[in-house]
Amino acid sequence: MIPFFKEFKQQATRLTHDLRHRGLIQTALKKYEISRDAKKSRFQSWETARQAAAETKWEAINHLDKYLVEFAQKLEARGTHVHWASTAEQARDIIVKIVRDKKARSIIKSKAMTAEEIHLNDALEHAGFEVVESDLGEYIVQLRHEAPYHIVFPAMHLTRGEISALFQRELGSAPTDNPEELTMIARRALRGKYIAADIGITGVNFAIAETGMISITENEGNARLTAALPKTMISLLGIEKVLPRLEDLALFLPMLATAGAGQALTGYNTMYGGPRQPGECDGPEEFHVVLLDNKRTHLLADAEQRDALHCIRCGACLNVCPIYKNVGGHTYGTTYQGPIGSVITPHLRGLQDWKHLSSASSLCGACTETCPVKINLHHHLLQNRRNAMAEKPVWWEKLAFKGFAFVVNRPRLYDLGKKLARIGQAFHPLIKGTAFDPARSWTQTRELPELAPQSFHELWKERK
Amino acid sequence: MSEREAILSRIREALKVSAPHPGAHDHNEPPAGDLRNFSKWLPAVGASQAEQIALFRANSTELRTDFRLIDSMSHMVSEIASISGKENWQKIARHRGALIDDALSMLDLPSITTDDGYDVNALESSDAGITECDALIAQTGTVLVTSRSAGGRALSVLPPHHVVIARRDQLLPDLPSAFALLKKKYADSYPSMISLITGPSRTGDIERILVLGAHGPKKLTVLCY
Repeated sequence: MIPFFKEFKQQATRLTHDLRHRGLIQTALKKYEISRDAKKSRFQSWETARQAAAETKWEAINHLDKYLVEFAQKLEARGTHVHWASTAEQARDIIVKIVRDKKARSIIKSKAMTAEEIHLNDALEHAGFEVVESDLGEYIVQLRHEAPYHIVFPAMHLTRGEISALFQRELGSAPTDNPEELTMIARRALRGKYIAADIGITGVNFAIAETGMISITENEGNARLTAALPKTMISLLGIEKVLPRLEDLALFLPMLATAGAGQALTGYNTMYGGPRQPGECDGPEEFHVVLLDNKRTHLLADAEQRDALHCIRCGACLNVCPIYKNVGGHTYGTTYQGPIGSVITPHLRGLQDWKHLSSASSLCGACTETCPVKINLHHHLLQNRRNAMAEKPVWWEKLAFKGFAFVVNRPRLYDLGKKLARIGQAFHPLIKGTAFDPARSWTQTRELPELAPQSFHELWKERK
Repeated sequence: MSEREAILSRIREALKVSAPHPGAHDHNEPPAGDLRNFSKWLPAVGASQAEQIALFRANSTELRTDFRLIDSMSHMVSEIASISGKENWQKIARHRGALIDDALSMLDLPSITTDDGYDVNALESSDAGITECDALIAQTGTVLVTSRSAGGRALSVLPPHHVVIARRDQLLPDLPSAFALLKKKYADSYPSMISLITGPSRTGDIERILVLGAHGPKKLTVLCY
């Protein structure tokens, strides 16, 4: 198997040269930027709202045990089954068992990044069940046997032409380049699936401790249908989704919508507090909530980076990241892409395997500035680099820095180096860009700046 | 040890070290003031009912919700009849409620009433789902419904056209007041579903181009009298 960092480098190199891909992503994200700015400016104070959101999440995460217990108790009191899973495998087993016990034939699913994280669909299909993704973007990438390209916009990398070709091949539909017709093809294909499904699986955006509710944010109504029609509903969430109070949603729902998609409020924000209650006419007979740790407590134990658990998965940091815009979502090879993915993946899947993501950054800080819950993203990338090096030092880097320190601490030696470099520079064109070029990784795509004829130090001496 | 206990003990162990105060990395002074008073930071809403109606209308236009302000119940009845005629409704779905009973009193169409249980296929093939609501929210152009106030979970999302019948005094200024209402009305026993509906069903999943009616209703009409 190719190491993850090599795979990343290969894909990144390929995609940064793919001008069609870059054009597609930049057009899509430009539209997002315009509507996000318009909606942000309607806030009386976006900055104060950010601070209020950051402090609310801080309160929840730093008392996580208390709020999780309250959340579970409140749900159980109204007939919901709450399951706790330490690992991805346990979560998969819990869900597969529920589906088996119900002798289910088909499953309808609404978008859940946590389900991607634990590869739930593979597990269910392996156990012999049909799972259909109902979010349009997720449905498209599922038909392509592909991972979501973006945590909020899963099919952002595809053109309508590619989607039409996919639907022709997989669904036998007529060719069209009209997005509305394409959406209606999916709508028709999925309507029957909702009605036939025995099980509905959803993700969760927020978990309300005070009232024992989950809250789901969506635009299409697919999660509403998934939670209304099948007899059994299963919701999977990471333990960090907790908010203390119901009214916290009054702040978090509009912030998620604005930061995530440039909307004032997402189409449907729905809270579920249990299965069908006495006196209600529909809804699932059984409701299961699966709480997943899967190394989140590892991140929690790192007090310095604990605020990464404040993340509400809005995707805003992906949308502004110059690296994401150039290398695209699939290049990361992770469930969570972009700056937040680069910060948390080393905690979830191992620092040494995923430390390269923290170096794939210009440290421009756009992510930190845009984050609606004020996660200190770009500093966490630096901390990951530091931690990776402390845990497993690279001998030649250490040696190189020792050599560098040795030279710069000796002015005469440093002067000599400068003189030699000026001479060497004259011969550089002979080897420029070849395998013998020590500056090859730079000179392959860029010009090396010329050394000035006189250094600052020399100029200073002369003037005096 | 159960997984519940294992997770909780890992959390308690982790929380022994405290985390820095949020927002401290920002070199600017963190904004002061009563942070919990969200109404002061969220988008502004006028104080008078006229301003709030105007804002709800403006938001509806942007969202492509068909919002109609009606001066009397008798006009409400004729408004519904005219929509029904224009869209050639053959059958409708509804729930029981004083407002709906009045509003549909003249509509002579086969209908299913979800309160008593219903056949999903019959609901799916209805031309419209007609519901009441708990509140309208001016700030975002949102309709607040619950499984108790709006005929269950599916009625407001399965038929292709969702029609909401509301009273003027149900209009609330902003999201914090909507959550305050939920608490006041339901704190003893919440409905199993509470939904904030903001515009008809929509998607931008294909090239970020807006399409209405992705899975839920293609049309949302709010009739307010």
